Amino acid sequence: MRHITSITDLSIEEIDELIEVAQDIIAHPDTYREKCRYKKLATLFYEPSTRTRLSFEAAMIELGGQVLGFSEAASSSAAKGESVADTIRTVCCYADIIAMRHPKEGAPTVAAMHASVPIINAGDGGHNHPTQTLTDLLTIRREKGHFDNLTVGLCGDLKFGRTVHSLITAMCRYPGVRFVLISPEELKVPSYVKIPLKSGNVPYTQTTDLRSVMPELDVLYMTRVQRERFFNEDDYVRLKDSYILTPEKLETAKDDLIILHPLPRVNEISVAVDNDPRACYFKQALYGKFIRMALILKLLEVQA
Amino acid sequence: MNIDAIHNGIVIDHIRAGQAMKIYDFLDLGSLDCPVAIIKYATSNKMGRKDIIKIDSELKVDLNALGYIDPEITINIIRDGVRVKKYHPELPELITNIIRCKNPRCITSIEQELPHVFKLIDREKDEYRCVYCESKAGK
Repeated sequence: MRHITSITDLSIEEIDELIEVAQDIIAHPDTYREKCRYKKLATLFYEPSTRTRLSFEAAMIELGGQVLGFSEAASSSAAKGESVADTIRTVCCYADIIAMRHPKEGAPTVAAMHASVPIINAGDGGHNHPTQTLTDLLTIRREKGHFDNLTVGLCGDLKFGRTVHSLITAMCRYPGVRFVLISPEELKVPSYVKIPLKSGNVPYTQTTDLRSVMPELDVLYMTRVQRERFFNEDDYVRLKDSYILTPEKLETAKDDLIILHPLPRVNEISVAVDNDPRACYFKQALYGKFIRMALILKLLEVQA
Repeated sequence: MNIDAIHNGIVIDHIRAGQAMKIYDFLDLGSLDCPVAIIKYATSNKMGRKDIIKIDSELKVDLNALGYIDPEITINIIRDGVRVKKYHPELPELITNIIRCKNPRCITSIEQELPHVFKLIDREKDEYRCVYCESKAGK
């Protein structure tokens, strides 16, 4: 039995295999309609979500399985003070696999320590979000055709942006990848995220200026400054509008740039960018369902 | 000053001068009901000045965890008045419930029953990180 709490729980070969299965699901969806018949996915969401929860649920339904769970802590016994461990022991009695989102960092690791069914981290605080990374990787593979030798710009909240942390961890394992980290001083990537960059001698630059690095980028990954990660509202207000992507800022970008965003966005990508052919963030939301289908199959050890 | 030799217990020697109270707190020696002697700024040929702690009891904690605070200290195990073992603590792979995660976003900040576990990430830099949230341990 496997758990996925971090993208590093998967080898490059396994990620490639998941991407291949997801591509096959996109090409031949009917083949997969009954693969998880009689299986149940529990979605335990202690924090709000639209895409991650619904794409997990849609994924299981499209595999012929069923779904149960809760979409806010207030409607579970967590509101009465139940621990993560006790909740997980209970839910393992009812479900074959669990996708869990929690505002506190490391909660899925605690869940995995007490689970008798596979746990998937669907986001833990500002820490990790491995299935978003799988989504991002599938999007990059489909839109760029490869991972190696790409210059990947990550822009916005790189401190609390868990999708950024997981994506850096995953992408730095491919040859020739270079990162451009664009953020205000206060929202730079935490030191632990830089460990694989330093140990793998992966080139990266840090800057506060999006405009000056735009021509270099093959992938631009925008993120939202997340109000829910700040203890101090003043800090949030000061930093929230640091970067707003507009058609004008994209004038110097490559024609084959792809623009990604884990969504939801607030105002960091102007809606005027949505019609730009380089904007891939809604395709990304679609691909999220297919890669989660592939992951569920893998963790339930169902033959694809 | 008269401090009796201990019969069964531990002598923690070569503590950096002035650091004994830190180790006293780290090992929660204040909760013991046995004789504990703290000698501060003792003369040392090797170090100039050093601190020493003598504990007249067997401790049920992993003394290797002291390697996290000061890898230069020496631990002497005394049995029946005789030193039976002398060693420098090695950095343990895991430290449990000795340091606490200070990340307010860590799951340990709301679940009081969870053990605070830190994993050794870099032996050369003495770097430990929380097994849950990966925050660096602060000394």
